[in-house]
Amino acid sequence: MGIVQIIITVLLLFLLAIPVGGLIYKIISGEKWIADPVFDKVDGFVYKMSGIKKDEDMSWKKYVLSLLLMNGIMCVLLFLVLMFQGYLPLNLNHVANMSPGLAFNTATSFITNTNLQNYSGETGVSFLSQLFLTAFMFIAPATGLAAAAAFLRGITSTKIGLGNFYVDLVRFTTRLLLPLSLITSIILVALGVPQNFTANQLVSTIEGTKQIIALGPVASLEAIKNLASNGGGFFGANSAHPFENPNAISNLITIISLGLISTAFVYAFGKLTKNKNQARVLFTVLAALLIISIGVTYAAELGGNHAVTSAGLVSQSGNMEGKEARFGIPESSLFSATTTAYQVGAVNSSQDSLTPIGGMVAMWNMILQTVFGGKGTGFIYVLMYAILTVFICGLMVGRTPEYLGKKIEGREIKMVAIGILAHPLFALVPLGVAAVVSAGYGSTSNPSYHGLSQMIYQFISSSANNGSGFAGLSVNTPFWNISTGIVMLLGRYVPLAAMLCAAGSMAQKKQAPETTATFRTDKPMFGLTLLFIIIVIGALSFFPALVLGPIAEQLSL
Amino acid sequence: MEKTKSNTITSDILINAVRDSFIKLNPKSMIKSPVMFVVEVSMIITLVLTLFPNALGENGSSLYNGIVTGILFITLLFANFAEAVAEGRGKAQAESMKKTRKDTITKLITGTKITTVNASEIKKGDIVLVETGEFIPNDGDVIEGIAMVDESAITGESAPVMKEAGGDFCSVTGGTKVVSDKLKIRITAIPGESFLDKMISLVEGAKRQKTPNEIALTMVLVSLTMIFLIVVVTLYPMASLVKVHIPVSTLISLLVCLIPTTIGGLLSAIGIAGMDRVTKFNVIAMSGKAVEACGDVNTLILDKTGTITFGNRMAAEFVLVGNNTKENITRFAVISSLFDDTPEGRSVIELASKQDMNINKSEYSDAEIVEFTSAIRMSGLNLKNGTKIRKGATDSIIKFVKNLDGIIPDDLNEKVERIAKLGGTPLVVSADNIIMGVIYLKDTVKPGLVERFARLRKIGIKTIMCTGDNPLTAQTIAKEAGVDDFIAECKPEDKIDIIKREQALGKLVAMSGDGTNDAPALAQADVGLAMNSGTQSAKEAANMVDLDSDPTKIIEVVEIGKQLLITRGALTTFSIANDVAKYFAILPAIFTIAIPNMKMLNVMGLTSPNSAIISALIFNAIIIPLLIPIAMRGVKFKPMSADLMLLKNLTIYGLGGIIAPFIGIKIIDLLIAPLLRIMGLA
Repeated sequence: MGIVQIIITVLLLFLLAIPVGGLIYKIISGEKWIADPVFDKVDGFVYKMSGIKKDEDMSWKKYVLSLLLMNGIMCVLLFLVLMFQGYLPLNLNHVANMSPGLAFNTATSFITNTNLQNYSGETGVSFLSQLFLTAFMFIAPATGLAAAAAFLRGITSTKIGLGNFYVDLVRFTTRLLLPLSLITSIILVALGVPQNFTANQLVSTIEGTKQIIALGPVASLEAIKNLASNGGGFFGANSAHPFENPNAISNLITIISLGLISTAFVYAFGKLTKNKNQARVLFTVLAALLIISIGVTYAAELGGNHAVTSAGLVSQSGNMEGKEARFGIPESSLFSATTTAYQVGAVNSSQDSLTPIGGMVAMWNMILQTVFGGKGTGFIYVLMYAILTVFICGLMVGRTPEYLGKKIEGREIKMVAIGILAHPLFALVPLGVAAVVSAGYGSTSNPSYHGLSQMIYQFISSSANNGSGFAGLSVNTPFWNISTGIVMLLGRYVPLAAMLCAAGSMAQKKQAPETTATFRTDKPMFGLTLLFIIIVIGALSFFPALVLGPIAEQLSL
Repeated sequence: MEKTKSNTITSDILINAVRDSFIKLNPKSMIKSPVMFVVEVSMIITLVLTLFPNALGENGSSLYNGIVTGILFITLLFANFAEAVAEGRGKAQAESMKKTRKDTITKLITGTKITTVNASEIKKGDIVLVETGEFIPNDGDVIEGIAMVDESAITGESAPVMKEAGGDFCSVTGGTKVVSDKLKIRITAIPGESFLDKMISLVEGAKRQKTPNEIALTMVLVSLTMIFLIVVVTLYPMASLVKVHIPVSTLISLLVCLIPTTIGGLLSAIGIAGMDRVTKFNVIAMSGKAVEACGDVNTLILDKTGTITFGNRMAAEFVLVGNNTKENITRFAVISSLFDDTPEGRSVIELASKQDMNINKSEYSDAEIVEFTSAIRMSGLNLKNGTKIRKGATDSIIKFVKNLDGIIPDDLNEKVERIAKLGGTPLVVSADNIIMGVIYLKDTVKPGLVERFARLRKIGIKTIMCTGDNPLTAQTIAKEAGVDDFIAECKPEDKIDIIKREQALGKLVAMSGDGTNDAPALAQADVGLAMNSGTQSAKEAANMVDLDSDPTKIIEVVEIGKQLLITRGALTTFSIANDVAKYFAILPAIFTIAIPNMKMLNVMGLTSPNSAIISALIFNAIIIPLLIPIAMRGVKFKPMSADLMLLKNLTIYGLGGIIAPFIGIKIIDLLIAPLLRIMGLA
């Protein structure tokens, strides 16, 4: 039954991505859409209010600068709100101010679409902060989507400009994120997810003890949390909490929400290139990576820990530690693989309690960052690997490589090289430091390999802007707040800027005609090579870390 | 073609290369290859650890560190050796060219005075007199005289060529020798910048610049090297945390094995050898960039006359007129040509003999020969029996036959016109007062070209023929030669327009040409191949010069350009694919002592941790010299679809690159394990 559940969920996800992909295509290309009259008015109002010159076509430099400036200002604003939330209004539960370190971490975390939460949702933030965080749950993914739109324009058109960052930001928010999250939250409310502005309730349980029940605008937050790669839940327990994820149907909707937009981007790419086969090849590669990761997690969790089983401690087979009995092994495995593949970071079970192999797959998805990946950014990384693949393939067939008719030359490759270097650099270097200073390794809850796995997971998750964590690590310390904060910033903006630079350079190139000698990127051979290169680069960069963490743990069970 | 240029690597080259491999250890020259520079720095660290095993606070083994140092040293030498061997051939060739650049005495003409000066004092614009047996001091144009010049110093072709003032044969090259008569030459090059000087520095590789593609690839390699540097450096604290102590020299071994030393060590050798292969085809490329650009060419523009066709007319068909027989026209055509020594005359006899019409010349030895003159515009024989056989221009023969009261067949005009329209030349044949038929003379496509154009099409290159002929003639030749497109009634400026038009479509255009009026087009084209026999201006505008003056040579250069990229791609893939096996050799070796179950990853069953690490390192070193032949020769290039070629190369170098080190490292382990045991390192 487990497998059937998984297959149905994945199929539904892939099917729903098609209409959403069509919408994304229209947002990027500006092609007419049925609902344009309504949305144009809304957008026009926003442009007018904020003074956006909607017809300005930005060069890649201007685009990147606008993106950094806007994100930077928002990040500082959020930092200040969190630092002083105790004094600010809408603090019904009398939450204290955040420490500077935690405020820095939270601000960077939400502006980078990571949503790593070093605080607990119920008690760590005021309603005002929560509203701000919810706004960032739109701004951050819309930034990623806008960047991807600019990137795609650069590599598919022959215009010099990459579009207008502010216009993209607005269009993705009003036409994609808001409508989708509205629909999803209505469905979630129907399924029993709370949506109110009620302060925490103190209730007496059947056993007579007192319990605080946290309430609030859960459904609306839940919708955007899952749809837009945020993952920062209303409750600390995230999607394992019955108010966030009450039943099997809500779990299905949650998982589909995790993957919807990133999967749809591949479809939009096919429409943009006017060659669906270009997208089909990429889709097949990404779907293969996703399905393999789901399969391996499921198999590992089903296999469980033979030491526990043979000791006769549990009656049923499989690893149920840290899992919600409501969801069981298949739904939890599927969730774990999907949330890491799409860089969402929401969880419906404890990642820390996964089997070593299950945990490694979660890390693996975040290492690759290209298993569909985060909103917008994931697809940029996919194309980054595609460009690298084209470069190597081009050499092997004896031509200066071309992707979508654009020549790949020194400048593009330089930017791709930076992009590929970024992830290992930003994840491994701080990891090395954390392994030496006691402020780092002292926070682990387990000694030896599992402790190392906790740290590896934390940094990979930060650098990939995923946001999920191995719960065993005590992360609300100055070391972890500041280190992961910096890693999140670098991990997001460095590759993003590099790839937009590459797109800017490609935008200026003429589209070379296709000849028999042109290496075709819309054929299975390219897909196979791309798959090979994604896996090899990922494996070569992180294999030693994985060997010392999860693999050593598995081998010493 | 290879009269003066040796194909083989002589022992001299090898000895010099060994010496150069040591000289190249200089960090200043090593840093040009960032990957190998990392190896050199690594070697210095292990060397320090050999001499002072406790330098970094670890209780290391001098012997083990020493072995690692030794292998790293050999790795460096192998990489340097590859480059030195590649350079060696060019250097040897440059040496032999330098010998011809002797400091000679030259006669300088100033006004009416002739003074003898040293050749090196000749400036641009000077006029010199060069007589039999003297060397031409520098590049220039002949302004007076006609002479034979021996250009073997440059072209390797021993037969002297004729040079004369004006026209396309006026340019002479410094360092060549006048073998008959004398020439007055205006010098057009600055001393030290003659064609020969440029050629020497090119083949020597002295001014070799990295091509854009090489730079891009270096970026990828540097990025990979940095990734592995991060991986290895961060491995140390991570391992310490889980109580695994890794000796520094082992970490360095891991680093050197992982960074792409194979391609890093061979990269420059591949580039140099590629240029060298171009030179071996007697083509001088002004830069490596031009050769690589060749591999990307989409469109090739060729002249018709001299390039695609011979330029002189040959008999292609015997056309009947009136109610003559085929045999008659052939027979009389041959008889009329028996004593005609022009190419046209010979071609008539050749064509007839193909049609089994052979006539013995001696049978007509007593006939009177009528030579062709521009007054009568026909030639032929007056036989002993009084028969007058003629062939010639249509109107002349008609007049001749009419004078003998002959009748002009009705269809003659129509047939003659058909031939003329096709761009051919009709030669009418008559015997006494009877018109026998017409010989269809036409421009002939050079043999082998059809196949070459087909090959170009397979590589994805479109060929365009330019000709001054009328469209009908152009079409006939174009169809016959198998070119994809043609431009008829083409003026020199039309060529530039075509090039610009193609370039606007995003295509890369190559063209070959020789005349002065080709120079602008050669400069406009992305790849311009000038003929050595061509004018100085054409040579300057082009980025390649073919010393054999064969315009179709561009096909070979295209293939070499492609081969160059393929070789780089193949060895890069091989180098990266190797890392998989190296991880499986070294990581278990590092961790097995602390984590016994880690031996499950030791899939090769290597004897001991030390032998595993040293085997991987040795494999990493010896793969470089093993691949030198491929780097020199280039990966074989056969025209096929891009997909198929990728599949083939990925299977050989990708899959092969994964499998080969598993086998190689295992074999080395079996060989060295006993040795290490003796040394106490097992």
